[in-house]
Amino acid sequence: MKILVCISNVPDTTSKINFTGDNKEFDKNGVQFVINPWDEYALTRAIELKEAKGGSVTVLNVGEADAEPNIRKALAIGADDAIRVNAHPKDAFFVAQQIAAVAKENNYDMILMGKESIDYNGFQVHNMVGEMLGIPSVTPAFKLDMVDDSTARLEREIEGGKEVVEVKLPFVASAQQPMSEPRIPNMRGIMTARTKPLAVREPVGAEAKAEYVGFSKPEKKGGVKMIDAENAGELIKLLRNEAKVL
Amino acid sequence: MSVLVFVEGLNGEIKKSSLEAASYGSQVAQQLGTTATAVAIGEVHEEALAKLGEQGITKVLYDADDRLKQFVADAYVKVIAKAAQQESAKVLVFSNSNIGAAVGSKLAVRLNGSLATNVTTLPNTDGGSFIVTRGVFSGKAFADVNLTSDVKIIAVKKNSFEVSENGGATATVEKLSADLADADFAAAPKETVMQDTDGGILLPEAEIVVSGGRGLKGPENWHLVEDLAKALGAATACSKPVSDLDWRPHHEHVGQTGITVSPNLYIAIGISGAIQHLAGVNSSKVIVVINKDPEAPFFKAADYGIVGDAFDVVPKLIEAARALDK
Repeated sequence: MKILVCISNVPDTTSKINFTGDNKEFDKNGVQFVINPWDEYALTRAIELKEAKGGSVTVLNVGEADAEPNIRKALAIGADDAIRVNAHPKDAFFVAQQIAAVAKENNYDMILMGKESIDYNGFQVHNMVGEMLGIPSVTPAFKLDMVDDSTARLEREIEGGKEVVEVKLPFVASAQQPMSEPRIPNMRGIMTARTKPLAVREPVGAEAKAEYVGFSKPEKKGGVKMIDAENAGELIKLLRNEAKVL
Repeated sequence: MSVLVFVEGLNGEIKKSSLEAASYGSQVAQQLGTTATAVAIGEVHEEALAKLGEQGITKVLYDADDRLKQFVADAYVKVIAKAAQQESAKVLVFSNSNIGAAVGSKLAVRLNGSLATNVTTLPNTDGGSFIVTRGVFSGKAFADVNLTSDVKIIAVKKNSFEVSENGGATATVEKLSADLADADFAAAPKETVMQDTDGGILLPEAEIVVSGGRGLKGPENWHLVEDLAKALGAATACSKPVSDLDWRPHHEHVGQTGITVSPNLYIAIGISGAIQHLAGVNSSKVIVVINKDPEAPFFKAADYGIVGDAFDVVPKLIEAARALDK
């Protein structure tokens, strides 16, 4: 089974978010980048399936050279090879076009990724890729198993419940907890990752359709108002009369 | 040219998040000097459809094909694309739900449109632009995005817009058929399992959320969370450790890798407020934190706080909440 896992390189959850250049660009200064946590669920599940059924796992990143340490980390966790499309990921449509272009040249049985990235929170790319390739996209899935060699069974979350879906290969799915338990690379993985192939290719000509023109930060909260535990009931009154949320 | 809003139904009624999307859509229509049409799919009462007039919708297109009762992305996309073509819609509005965002993404490809999800403002259309603001960096920032294509698709963040109530107005309801083929249902779900909410409120739709953490010591104490939620008309939620320990089901887990909520009121009981948890709740309008540790980081993000033992404090809150006149 040939699996493609798409990963994005995102600021660590604990990062302070700041912008530069008149609030037009994200300030990378002092920010630690990680593999998008949602993508890690997809990556580990792909590796588990490969261990059980054989095949290969290729990781794909649409990003600039500074993403390579995290691409190597994905190889250290257990992917076999990697592709980096050398481009700034302008918007979801642009990224989906790059993924679709790579997928069209290789017959992947499944294309997995996280349900969204923790930086742009789009929840778009997986469905766009499915539509571009004309194959089903099952999102967001929290369970993925093979029924037989050509059929997968997924469980996806819907508001207020879940759906069980069976699809023929090939398909696209996005992952969320608890699809798998993300792994930490071991020393042997880190050593072998250094020599695993990482191909760099140029993007296909695709325009962005959503142009990011500026950023802002939420207004700071006014500070916390403490209520004495003895008079806890007072809180309910404040929520009704002062905050007006009850 | 009109604005087209996709509305989702649940048990014959229209979901609150779709009423918000309808209100948003008719405001955009007003801005653009046109009208707003809704497209509904699946199991919704016709009365509920006509009532969309109260949100400013003038016409509702309804495809009653039985096979559409379950969500099937390809079939839904085909129906909405047909409605968009029929109405010459240049702006399509969805709720930012798992269904709305999925269908919106596919339509962006099919209709060659620009898409913004998680949108929190009406568009700014000065000088021929079409700029909306969307939540990014897990609630830590907003981005302004210019949708440059001819067709603009917007998925509206839940609980970001008031449901407008134009009392008594009704929309005309027309049948729509997209001539769906069996192939459109190839990826139909085998099975749909809805959670038993016990007459309660669905977490993603809730205006008030009461959430519990490890401070509650065990699943046997969850009646404190449930009773307070019931007294306030709230949904219940939990922190990641609690769902990891199987005290509560995963679909209640809010946070970085769980679901994101943005209710009017979020009450956290016995949750310390790790940054991963905050990422899931930080766009809540009012946050209340109850924790026995005065150093709990969550207090920094709170509007109201009580330092105290949940087992003492919560029963007092339940009593006070029950005493409120509704």
